[in-house]
Amino acid sequence: MELHAPFVARHAQAGQFVILRIDEFGERIPLTIANYDRVAKTVTIIFQVVGFTTTRLAKLKVGDSIADVAGPLGNATPISENTKKVCVIGGGVGCAIAYPQALELHKKNIETDVIIGFRTKELIILENEFGQVSDNLTICTDDGSYGQKGFVTDALEAKILGGANYDVAIAIGPVPMMKFTALVAKKHNLPIIVSLNPIMIDGTGMCGCCRVTVGGQTKYACVDGPDFDGYLVDFDELTRRNNTYKKQEEHICKIGRSAINGEIGGEIDGEYVF
Amino acid sequence: MANMSFEKVKMPEQDPSTRAGNFKEVSLGYTAEMAVEEAKRCLNCKNKPCIDGCPVNVDIPTFIAEVAEKNFEKAYKIITKTNSLPAVCGRVCPQEVQCEGKCVRGIKNEPVAIGRLERFVADSQLSKVSEKTKTFSIKTNGKKVAVIGAGPSGLTCAGDLAKNGFAVTIFESLQVAGGVLMYGIPEFRLPKAIVQKEIHNLCKLGVTIQTNVIVGKSITIDELFADGYSAVFIGTGAGLPSFMNIKGESLGGVFSANEYLTRINLMKAQKPNYDTPIFESKDVVVVGGGNVAMDAARCALRTGANVKIIYRRSEEEMPARKEEIHHAKEEGIEFLTLNNPTEIIGDNSGFVKAINCVKMELGEPDLSGRRSPIVVQNSEYTLECDTVIMAIGTSPNPLLRNTTNGLEVNKRGCLVVDEYLETTRKNVYAGGDAVTGAATVILAMGAGRKSALRISELIGVG
Repeated sequence: MELHAPFVARHAQAGQFVILRIDEFGERIPLTIANYDRVAKTVTIIFQVVGFTTTRLAKLKVGDSIADVAGPLGNATPISENTKKVCVIGGGVGCAIAYPQALELHKKNIETDVIIGFRTKELIILENEFGQVSDNLTICTDDGSYGQKGFVTDALEAKILGGANYDVAIAIGPVPMMKFTALVAKKHNLPIIVSLNPIMIDGTGMCGCCRVTVGGQTKYACVDGPDFDGYLVDFDELTRRNNTYKKQEEHICKIGRSAINGEIGGEIDGEYVF
Repeated sequence: MANMSFEKVKMPEQDPSTRAGNFKEVSLGYTAEMAVEEAKRCLNCKNKPCIDGCPVNVDIPTFIAEVAEKNFEKAYKIITKTNSLPAVCGRVCPQEVQCEGKCVRGIKNEPVAIGRLERFVADSQLSKVSEKTKTFSIKTNGKKVAVIGAGPSGLTCAGDLAKNGFAVTIFESLQVAGGVLMYGIPEFRLPKAIVQKEIHNLCKLGVTIQTNVIVGKSITIDELFADGYSAVFIGTGAGLPSFMNIKGESLGGVFSANEYLTRINLMKAQKPNYDTPIFESKDVVVVGGGNVAMDAARCALRTGANVKIIYRRSEEEMPARKEEIHHAKEEGIEFLTLNNPTEIIGDNSGFVKAINCVKMELGEPDLSGRRSPIVVQNSEYTLECDTVIMAIGTSPNPLLRNTTNGLEVNKRGCLVVDEYLETTRKNVYAGGDAVTGAATVILAMGAGRKSALRISELIGVG
């Protein structure tokens, strides 16, 4: 979905996000900037319909407007200038965020392998798009209904053992996927960047809701991240914190209000909107 | 004939048991009769110490004299000469340590209720003003100033600059102007409709407010100068909340006061027709003794929870306004002073189930002049709770300093400014919490006013 957002488009970079609110009653939710056009003053967001806010967002037609969009927030993904070869790993809906990363690396002429994983064939997204921006694309499904059977962790380890010789990996997806991918990377001394999706409100370094523990220190995903060193992140804590409103969300779903705060790391099946 | 009563005319309030169940304003304000009666308590003394006690130097005795004569509109004009947000200040200023703290009548008895009178005057004129100022015309000087942040300091700075003929644009990162007046201070203490009316009046002076723009990210300070702005005022306010660095602060059910208050005040999470969720709490512990702690505690109470405030010193050292402490107690909040948390305990699924505390006693005065708390040996105990709200201060917002070259900060992260509030970058001024660390609305307003004056002197002419 393309949003006309001149103040966001002028400085947007890969890895950054916007905070948007549909109307007066809506939540502020963070969504990653998938692409931008500085001339047309637009940014593109990709999201999965998992809750009330995204359901309503998906129903908008060309020309409709939303109450607020602010950004670009967070820092651009830190890729050092000497980087020659990268592996981008996306899990499920995280692929929507992994795609702009791969696109950016590809534009910079950095050799980019992509590994994306889904539960089953029906959930695969962006296959063609990834194909165009990667040197090697590996698709995994948990049930083997398409591509390789197994998890992205298995595919990554196979690549490393096969002599891929990456400078760095970037993993984006559900928290457990990032956790285990980081463990594989660490086992093989491959530096890995993970993009975190904690619950946020203001997104500008005011409320402290998005705090995560990285290397034993408290960091704020909105101003210090959202990307962090995958070796150092306390993923279990992030999972617990992301469940803070689970009880309310289940209740809210039944009465028809918004379901998931953040709405980007969920495991719920839903239609993707590009 | 002066009113020589020893006590202030009482201001009607919602009954504590009623208001504990709603978010409506606690203090209901004076009637015209009450205001006139209270105004007559002012002796109009020669030295006027109250004016020195006011960070924006409102001409207090003169406006009060007009109230006594029932000239409320004149009184309003006197206040707004130096104070752009009187309805706000009348409600949230710590008058007991400012104007009222200096009042001659307060030496032996209760001081004149300056805050209540200011509030009455502002409220009586608020809706009338917006119509009148439509025709208010100011001679423009052709200069543009950018103000970053639409909180108390930014709004004041913008208002004063506009009055001096500048074209002012305020860039606000959130969806609505007001800053802490909107996201921080609760409705029951400062109704949001009143804040918006005051802001509306400022806009009538010709101030433009651009919401959803994060200076430093959406646009840089260098770009603002390139766009023709002659000066920039930074009023970005409080930033990241402080935590105690004790075990268990990342558990589910532990919130910063900033987050808790933002959910309720800005996002209206407690209302069923708003989407933002609020944690369902039964037993809440709020840590801290400032106004923010009182606000968080009283919000939690209004969601139906039992609330305790834990503070490591005694009540005497609490930085909160006396009125807020009094109101909180009336509403049934329990105060555990001379106590301090040592660890938050979680259940198997990672949610808060209890908090460990120790008892404290007061030792010698520390750098702040307050007696420093010392742990009482072997005084550990456990308190069951499901929610912990940390209200122990903030550090300034890091976003702008991280994205702007040449802006120096001190080791606490506060912007470095000179005596005129100019930062280490030429024509970039700053004030409020971004400079001082967490402080009050009125001090931020004072800084906004001071910067506006300097900008007007240096850039406004020629």
